[in-house]
Amino acid sequence: MQFWIIQGLNSLSLGGLLFLLSSGFSLIFGLMRLANLTHGAFFMLGTYFAAVAMRSYDGLNIWVTALGAGIIVAALGGLFERLVLTRLKANPLGQVLVTLGMSFIISDACLMLWGGDSIPVPTPQNLQAPTRLFGFVFPTYRLVLVGCAVVAAVALYILLERTRLGAMIRAGVDDRQMARAVGIPVSNLFTIVFCLGAGIAGAGGVLGGPILSAYPGLDADMLPLALIVVILGGIGSLLGAFIGSFIIGFIYTFGTALFPELAYIILFLPMIFVIAFRPQGLFGRIIT
Amino acid sequence: MKWIGALLLAGLLLLPPLFAGDFYINLASQILIAAIFALSLNLLVGFGGMTSLGHASYLGVAAYISALLTSRYGFGHAAAAIISISGTVAMAACFGVIALRATGLGFLMITLALSQVLWGLAYRMSNVTNGDNGITGLTRPAPFDLSLDNPVSFYWFALIVATTAFAMMTIFVSSAFGASLKGVRDQPRRMAALGFNPWLIRWITFVYAGFWGGVSGLLFVYYHKYIHPTSLSLTSSAEALLGVIAGGSGTLGGPVVGAALVLLLKNYASAYIERWNMLLGLVFLFIVLVMPTGIVPGFSKLSAALRKDTR
Repeated sequence: MQFWIIQGLNSLSLGGLLFLLSSGFSLIFGLMRLANLTHGAFFMLGTYFAAVAMRSYDGLNIWVTALGAGIIVAALGGLFERLVLTRLKANPLGQVLVTLGMSFIISDACLMLWGGDSIPVPTPQNLQAPTRLFGFVFPTYRLVLVGCAVVAAVALYILLERTRLGAMIRAGVDDRQMARAVGIPVSNLFTIVFCLGAGIAGAGGVLGGPILSAYPGLDADMLPLALIVVILGGIGSLLGAFIGSFIIGFIYTFGTALFPELAYIILFLPMIFVIAFRPQGLFGRIIT
Repeated sequence: MKWIGALLLAGLLLLPPLFAGDFYINLASQILIAAIFALSLNLLVGFGGMTSLGHASYLGVAAYISALLTSRYGFGHAAAAIISISGTVAMAACFGVIALRATGLGFLMITLALSQVLWGLAYRMSNVTNGDNGITGLTRPAPFDLSLDNPVSFYWFALIVATTAFAMMTIFVSSAFGASLKGVRDQPRRMAALGFNPWLIRWITFVYAGFWGGVSGLLFVYYHKYIHPTSLSLTSSAEALLGVIAGGSGTLGGPVVGAALVLLLKNYASAYIERWNMLLGLVFLFIVLVMPTGIVPGFSKLSAALRKDTR
């Protein structure tokens, strides 16, 4: 019983982390029709940022760090979008390839700057004490992480469904040309959404730091998870990314715990099922 | 004009063993292997319009199967080669069924996810694949009792395989089937309306590309006598894709030129810089932004323009 509950919580916290990673990916894909392969690298930048900042300034608040990393990574993403991606508007394949090139550059730069050893990110001091619930002991930080994902999901939902900006983004997702015709500045929206997606990934990288720690290859580990989540949940769907993250979080955690050697195969079984029976993903719409 | 080109090319391919040193002969062998790999990817990217970011799977899996069978289970090279190629083709058939449920970016993401899963397996299943240490101590085969251990004989072997591969893939794309493949790339709905089955055409191409990817994997493991999970990594797929796009996707010569350039760049760069990934990323940005159609189409355009001038 203890095992199932602890692993269940671990699944939830991994799911939360995956949502922070994949919601931005899904958002960017939904509006821009761009598979942003730099996304894993953005996440990793956040983690390295946390590792460096929180180790050099002892007791630095993790929320401040996450905000800072989010802003820096968002700015970087915005620059990349403005300087490179906009030049390739007519060439969707070219856009994917430059995001791939960019991810190589970022991951190599991280390796160059911070070396090949993994750098642990300290767990915030006030969250180090375990929490007791129903007679079980839980690591508090993991519970907080689930909360973060829920807060992020609600915030994104409100942003997309209840604000003017969200309405414009939804219009751009549904029919880009029509949105342009009625005066919505779609190319500015592209930049905003790319910054937002990159920023969430960067902040997610900080929050994932205490669990994952910063190491070279983190981007290559996270990117396929993001891909699997969005393919499963439906590309461009926020709800799909949310549900998909927790499904993958559970499968990955229990897979690793019960069948460590096969975890990677088990991970992509749900994806295959979904592709076979519902190619647009659980909550996706067919993109025309 | 064509004959001069063919003669030059033949000279370029046949001369190295006669005068070049071992270093250059080995480099030439590696170029041939990379060329087969890029050509097979080009069937998907250039002629089929299916951009795969997981082509390293076929190279890596064929290499791993052969390495495991010969080193651990005492198979002979002939049997191991047949099993590993059939295994790779079977895997391509399954992956094709999954990945071809989607087209465009969806296809790209699924191929990427599948190949990352294989890469993860190669790393983590260390009791089978030996993990990060890779599999060492492999041997080269000796077809008809001819040892391939010296660079020159391996070069001839690779040249024969590469020429066969080039010829077979040329026949494939210039056949009636190749025409229907290009039709499906450009106008899938019209082709379907004409009674073709776009899915089947894509799937057959996918499996055929997997087959040649597997062949290049066998040559790869014979050449290096070593296999490591990086051969299955995204970097490995991306290098091949860069070769195809830099050379010119959808042309027959382009991927060969592109693969040769990427390999040479990697070899020379690694003498001066420690890590290759940064440069690979920069080259990607450069190629896509500056010459998106590739080198070979660029040159043919140039030479066509020159011919017009002289006329």
